[in-house]
Amino acid sequence: MKTENIHTHNSPASPSPKGARGKEIIRLEHIARDFHVGDEVVHALRDVSFTIREGEFVTIMGSSGSGKSTLLNTLGCLDTPTRGEYYLDGTSVRTMGKNSRATLRNRKIGFVFQSYNLLPKTTAIENVELPLLYNPSYNASSRKQKAIESLKAVGLGDRLNHRSNQMSGGQMQRVAIARALVNDPAVILADEATGNLDTRTSYDILVLFQRLHAEGRTIIFVTHNPEISTYSGRNILLKDGRVVADTENNTIQSAAEAFAKLPVEED
Amino acid sequence: MNIANLIKIALKALANNKMRGFLTMLGIIIGVASVITMLAIGQGSKKSIQSQISEMGSNMIMIQPGADMRGGVRQSASAMETLKLADYENIAVETRYLAAVSPTVNSSGQVIYGANNKPSTIYGVNQDYLEIRRYSIGDGNMFTEQDITSAAKVCVVGKTVVDELFTNGENPIGKIIRFNKIPFTIVGILTNKGYNSMGMDQDDIILAPFTTIQKRVLAITHLQGINASAIKEEYTEQAISEIADILRRNHKLKPDDDDDFTIRSMEELSSMMTSTMNILTVLLASVAGISLLVGGIGIMNIMYVSVTERTREIGLRMSIGAKGVDILSQFLIESILISVTGGLIGVLLGVLLSLLVNFGINFPIYIQAWSILLSFGVCTLTGIFFGWYPAKKAAQLDPIEAIRFE
Repeated sequence: MKTENIHTHNSPASPSPKGARGKEIIRLEHIARDFHVGDEVVHALRDVSFTIREGEFVTIMGSSGSGKSTLLNTLGCLDTPTRGEYYLDGTSVRTMGKNSRATLRNRKIGFVFQSYNLLPKTTAIENVELPLLYNPSYNASSRKQKAIESLKAVGLGDRLNHRSNQMSGGQMQRVAIARALVNDPAVILADEATGNLDTRTSYDILVLFQRLHAEGRTIIFVTHNPEISTYSGRNILLKDGRVVADTENNTIQSAAEAFAKLPVEED
Repeated sequence: MNIANLIKIALKALANNKMRGFLTMLGIIIGVASVITMLAIGQGSKKSIQSQISEMGSNMIMIQPGADMRGGVRQSASAMETLKLADYENIAVETRYLAAVSPTVNSSGQVIYGANNKPSTIYGVNQDYLEIRRYSIGDGNMFTEQDITSAAKVCVVGKTVVDELFTNGENPIGKIIRFNKIPFTIVGILTNKGYNSMGMDQDDIILAPFTTIQKRVLAITHLQGINASAIKEEYTEQAISEIADILRRNHKLKPDDDDDFTIRSMEELSSMMTSTMNILTVLLASVAGISLLVGGIGIMNIMYVSVTERTREIGLRMSIGAKGVDILSQFLIESILISVTGGLIGVLLGVLLSLLVNFGINFPIYIQAWSILLSFGVCTLTGIFFGWYPAKKAAQLDPIEAIRFE
């Protein structure tokens, strides 16, 4: 597993108007993705180019059919583009084989899914440890230690041994976020991470994402909910497989403040 | 991912579905247990028949006058008078591979003692006959060389004859019984031998000097047969060819003449019996093997269900870095674990069942180490073979679709 042929690409210094704020984590160059459905060719992504630097909190928005999911799969190295180049942390992904991409995902990406995807009847620690099981440089004790650190970072230090079926939706999503953090990924990819949660819990999770961002994490949040973009620093809007808007958000709102304003519901 | 982690994951998956895991195992348990029990029963019967044959004398050789067939006509052995005393004497002196040789002549008839009588067979033999047929004298003595020379009217009787003629419990030694009106003095009693594997009572027998039977009972000069015993079972073949050479020479047969005698050995009978029992064992074991196969298919079935049910888990594992081979080994180890655990329980159950058959209905059993190893090995292979396809299917899932699978 250690000797994967991940070949590193020396990405050419791209002229960026924002200056050198941090190193490039993600660089898409004219990405296109075609699917063959019967005789027809569906162009899920037509021409997508952008760069995401270390420490950014980016929302990728778009209605269904905009190519959002395909872009997420491409960014997450689950899929490879038909045309164009994708560099993740300096590594070219397009020509990689299945196994090399699996290893790349394991080291560089932290996924957070809409439906949490925790293993059933399994404790928080065991769920969070999971990515490290596929990394031979961790042994049992270092895995456990990392998992505990990660769970503490998302505020679940007191629920280490709770099983997934004993937790609320918000808690489960926190475990999922801890799982995404445990391998110190280059980028956290959240796919509608608040989609299954009620408003209050959604804000709670957003507060956590903002805090992780403040700690220097790079976060990409794919959503169709425009409200979420007001809490991120940059918003990429996708339509019919093309980027139609890539805007900086200069008035980032605080999720914590919004959370505080919410009426407290009595149980 | 190392083996220890894979086993841990597989154990956890099984623990999450204990009832299902157990039911899946049940197929293997029953399969392995029945293979072991059936083999134990088959091998047990074979062994018991072999021991009965060797009790009768597994190195025994029987020589009868006349060929089985002559010109397409089956001959009756007693009609032939080709075996002479000289044949017996030459065989006894010249052969190197025989431990004991005895001529035989016999007559069936009614034996009478006082008011009791019973039908029996009187055998005219010499002292070697005891060794050839594995008889031994319990009470009294065997008749002597002197008795043979003088054609003395003495006999040695089996337990059944004693029981049926001497109903008052008197000591038969020294008493006179009548066979076809000829009086015989009992000089010895044979020890109990019981029934042989063909269901014949080996104790319903009277032995007398062959000269007495020839002269006084049958009034013949030829022999009805010669019984011999090879020094060892392995030398039976050599002994037979030696005897054949002597008899052909004595009977002045030309090289292209057919034998005018027939030589049979107990070894032939024994190997025939053994091969019959082997067929039975194979039959029993294959029926049991089929149940093992059905158990294996059960594993495959459940593993397919398990893969479908855990599609999202597979998708998740893949998206966080599991390779195809990791997923493959995870499910393969799970199915191997089911079959190996089932196999272990099956071995225990099979041994237990065999012992139960032995003690319960007193059937001979024989558990061989190889039958345990064989069924255990087969069930492990079953786990790998039937676990492979579901595991392969799991490993080939597309993580994008798997993670969104409902």
